[in-house]
Amino acid sequence: MIPAAFDYHRPASLADALSVLDELGWDAKLLAGGQSLIPAMRFRLAEPTAIVDLNGLAELERFEEADGYLHIGALVRHATIADSGLARERYPLLADAAAVIADPLVRNRGTVGGSLIHADPAGDWGSVMLAYRAELAVRRVDGDRIVPIDELFVTTFMTSLEPSELVTSVRIPAAGTGQGGAYEKLERKVGDFATVGVAAQIALAPDGTVGAVGIGLTAVGATNLRAAAAEQELLGSSADEAAIASAAARAAAESNPSADGRGSEEYKRDMVRVLTARALRRSVERARGTV
Amino acid sequence: MATTTSIAVTVNGTERSAQVEPRMLLVHFLRDELGLTGPHIGCDTSHCGACTILLNGVPIKSCTMFAVQADGQSITTVEGLTRNGDLHPVQDAFKEDHGLQCGYCTPGMMLAGAALLASNSDPSETEIRMAISGNLCRCTGYQNIVKAIQRASRAMAGNGAPERGKTEGGEA
Ligand SMILES: Cc1cc2nc3c(=O)[nH]c(=O)nc-3n(C[C@H](O)[C@H](O)[C@H](O)COP(=O)(O)OP(=O)(O)OC[C@H]3O[C@@H](n4cnc5c(N)ncnc54)[C@H](O)[C@@H]3O)c2cc1C
Ligand code: FES
Ligand code: FES
Repeated sequence: MIPAAFDYHRPASLADALSVLDELGWDAKLLAGGQSLIPAMRFRLAEPTAIVDLNGLAELERFEEADGYLHIGALVRHATIADSGLARERYPLLADAAAVIADPLVRNRGTVGGSLIHADPAGDWGSVMLAYRAELAVRRVDGDRIVPIDELFVTTFMTSLEPSELVTSVRIPAAGTGQGGAYEKLERKVGDFATVGVAAQIALAPDGTVGAVGIGLTAVGATNLRAAAAEQELLGSSADEAAIASAAARAAAESNPSADGRGSEEYKRDMVRVLTARALRRSVERARGTV
Repeated sequence: MATTTSIAVTVNGTERSAQVEPRMLLVHFLRDELGLTGPHIGCDTSHCGACTILLNGVPIKSCTMFAVQADGQSITTVEGLTRNGDLHPVQDAFKEDHGLQCGYCTPGMMLAGAALLASNSDPSETEIRMAISGNLCRCTGYQNIVKAIQRASRAMAGNGAPERGKTEGGEA
């Protein structure tokens, strides 16, 4: 199927991109990997009259640790993270998720920024970023701001960003000792969107109890969800099997899945419990350095 | 709107210039404008991988990119795997191992396989299966496709051909 006609802009710099965006407002759509936007345009679910192509803007391709953060440029592809030694060694939650997003062909194009702003509750990065308590660096022509991930998702396919705003990067706290994370995804087949996904990130305190924990849920609500009650349940505990089991039960209770071709509500809710327990167990093992 | 943009793309080593409407998908440009019918169209939903091409050596779905975005880039289609009439080791191996039946998925499979071998000359069976996991085949059950890529890997290790495998088709 053929998308509706549009004007094509390929800005030479970030500043140019921001001014084109400012001028065109709602009529324009940013194009990153195109792996969500182009299919939507082919089905005429999206009919932007102007496309602003971000590909080639080196300012958006940063992937490095600096100032106490890991900065992930908005244009960093899923495959770059899946292949990254830095991610595997220090950010296993990132590496876990990158490897199971879509298929290798989509991973070679799709980006972290595009995925977050597409705001599909079945998207994997949203849960990962909730677990890491990530922040988005957002620019517009006359300023910039930091958007905490908890303030990003409004509802399915809708974020709190203005049409004139552009995500330049996402930052997560730099990895430290005693930290670990894991992503668990249940899918019908390789390359499928999640039936259910769970992201967990844990920091152990010096006495071995849970000092900080983030849990994000995929495909069980109108947006990626933070399992706040489950986090509370685990915080301060010794992360033993009993604590993990009750946190997992909390996560299942606070999830809000709908029945569809991938399973019933009841099944998905129970899978939240199972996958939360698995993700927490692996996070704790990684945090303790036992794996 | 509906105005055209001029693009210059290196396709299988040859620079091609054209006027395209921005909404034209890359796969339609390759097939309908350049007559390269190697990239197939197997779905409307970006799922099947029949349209796989190499963009600067990296396998992607040409139905999920606009032709205007290829301006200044280098593209390899299955037609570009052949060099001076010689089949690429992956193409030879598909023939030897019967890695195809109807052939619909084959160009994509060959390009995904060639791209894998260019970056990993001795992949495990799991690595091969992962590398082709974005390419769907209705016919073969994948077994002979995996075998063919394994054979190509051995052939390229044995006869000094890896040089060609290592370069993307365009500049080999
Ligand atoms: C077959 C298939 C399977 C898939 N499976 C999965 C899966 O299992 N898990 C998963 O998470 N995803 C999956 N996806 C989606 C894929 O990960 C997309 O790449 C991703 O959701 C969107 O990223 P993109 O870079 O392609 O964004 P685009 O499609 O280019 O853009 C998406 C949206 O984000 C906006 N946008 C892009 N960049 C910016 C920016 N810097 N600032 C502000 N707005 C921006 C665009 O305007 C658009 O509205 C799949 C896609 C396909 C085609
Ligand atoms: S034609 Fe099916 S993925 Fe491109
Ligand atoms: S040979 Fe028929 S689809 Fe693969």
